[in-house]
Amino acid sequence: MMTEVLTETRTMTYREAIREAIRDAMQQDDRVFLMGEDVGRYGGCYAVSKGLLEEFGPERVRDTPLSEAAFVGAGIGAALGGMRPIVEVMTVNFSLLALDQIVNNAALYLHMSGGQFNVPLVIRMATGAGHQVGAQHSHSLEGWYAHIPGIRVVTPATVEDARWMLPTALADPDPVIIFEHSGLYNSEGELPEPGGPVDIVRSQVRRSGSDVSLITYGGSLPKALGAADELATVGVSAEVLDLRVLRPIDTEAILASVGRTHHAVIVDEGWKTAGISAEIAACIAERAVWDLDAPIRRVCSAEVPIPYSRHMEEAALPRVSAIVAAAREITG
Amino acid sequence: MLRIRRFEERCAQLYQAEKIRGFLHLYIGEEAVAVGVMEALRPDDAVVATYREHGHALARGMDPRSIMAEMYGKVEGCSRGRGGSMHLFDAATRFYGGNAIVGGGLPIAVGLALADRLEGRQRVTAVFFGEGAVAEGEFHEAMNLAALWHLPVLFCCENNLYAMGTALARSESQTRVTLKAASYEMPAWEVDGMDVLAVEQAARTAAEAVRSGGGPHFLEFRTYRFRAHSMFDPELYRSKDEVEKWKERDPIALLEERLTADGILNDEKRIAMEAEVAEEVEGAVAFAEAGTWEPVEELTRFVYSEVGG
Repeated sequence: MMTEVLTETRTMTYREAIREAIRDAMQQDDRVFLMGEDVGRYGGCYAVSKGLLEEFGPERVRDTPLSEAAFVGAGIGAALGGMRPIVEVMTVNFSLLALDQIVNNAALYLHMSGGQFNVPLVIRMATGAGHQVGAQHSHSLEGWYAHIPGIRVVTPATVEDARWMLPTALADPDPVIIFEHSGLYNSEGELPEPGGPVDIVRSQVRRSGSDVSLITYGGSLPKALGAADELATVGVSAEVLDLRVLRPIDTEAILASVGRTHHAVIVDEGWKTAGISAEIAACIAERAVWDLDAPIRRVCSAEVPIPYSRHMEEAALPRVSAIVAAAREITG
Repeated sequence: MLRIRRFEERCAQLYQAEKIRGFLHLYIGEEAVAVGVMEALRPDDAVVATYREHGHALARGMDPRSIMAEMYGKVEGCSRGRGGSMHLFDAATRFYGGNAIVGGGLPIAVGLALADRLEGRQRVTAVFFGEGAVAEGEFHEAMNLAALWHLPVLFCCENNLYAMGTALARSESQTRVTLKAASYEMPAWEVDGMDVLAVEQAARTAAEAVRSGGGPHFLEFRTYRFRAHSMFDPELYRSKDEVEKWKERDPIALLEERLTADGILNDEKRIAMEAEVAEEVEGAVAFAEAGTWEPVEELTRFVYSEVGG
């Protein structure tokens, strides 16, 4: 029986955590390989895979042509052929060029083949805005992917999840898409040691509270936590629920949180219309409407393409002040 | 070829009888392509096909009973009735569908070949697609990737002249399909797709080149679909004369003539073969008729894998 748990931590960035996760997976399993645009010589467009080419060579760290449909489809084929590919797509915006392969093949093969062919594929891609890179590099389309049965959609928001969701995703027999918010790559966090794989099933309360649930994921988690800090100063106790997984969504965790706080603010960098925030709101409305003391509020991106200029981009995105205002409005 | 022909003729009847529903795309007229190519493959090679794949599935050695049951939508079908005519799958023969998105199977074939390369296996992945697919971006992306990485893929283009109702010349600025392959530095040959022996010979040569590390190869099979695109097609886009002219080169009749001339086939053998095929087809129909419906309670199975189940 353990009488004492020694917990040490390491500080690292979200980027370093993903890199370590990939390296670790490749060291442990010969079937794992990385492919995507500029993952090798360039080191990854967000420098995630820097150094991996030198360590593992060009067969296992494969630079691909600019052909998202071909290399994502090749990832599906390689997974069907017994490999455990990690396919990197530069951003979710570019993944639309591979939508056919992801939606029509990866998500359907198991069901369409009557259970014969599962696709153990991991696709990683950056998502989100905040760097003034214009509308074609800034959108948050993970909600679209969450619409599709047959794939798992995960959104690591912490360094620990960035480090430890990957081995779980690789061990999963079905396709998993990992959305990495581009604003998180430089964020630092404490990594518990020794760590180990985390589930890709459940949501997690990142901060307990009793007055309002701030339900969010990915790049909006730091904003929700910031809003919770501010709300505390005005006497509002906010619980922050990090969804972590958008498909299949952890409905029970959402309902449990709302059951505790009786108020819900959903924070999502996607658009409101037909987005994941609408799904969460509907889920609460269907199963927990009597737990609510006030209407649900959503803080999402404005219904516009994300603009370039900084002040306009900021105005388009969920802000801490807007989260605080929404929470105060319904709890006040 | 005869098995495929009779099997599909029966399918057409069963469609009229409303035993088979949805889309049904018949391969009649094109049988020599699937049969010839499959002869050149080994059991551990992989096949990726299109939505017009009954012939490929049969030629690959899948059980006709499981194929017919699939078309009936019965749980005894090769895809448990989840797939239907366009989505035949079989792990035992490495038959990866049954892909109804034109061009969608090509990247998957590239990936299957990549897995073999990474694992050091001497296997070939044969992917079938129509000439309509060459207008798709996925075709070009997959061709480029296979050639760039020198992967063991055998690209089999079944050029039946019409993408549904659109003639090649109406959709392509360059109608010589092999030139597209050649632009990716890939060996590409045009083959008479109505001559099963020519198909087999070309496929055998190409498959062995692919298997022995020669990189991807491309075969264009000149063939023709005798029947409509699907059961809903009034065939306004081609003349009856054209169809009749191509029927003069019926791949089954051509082979019969040759075998008869060579003294290999005679009336007695032909009758025996017809009887054997008829029995097999009726056996498949009986199997499908006797099949059962998957319980509705199982609707949500196979969305995700059943781990440890």
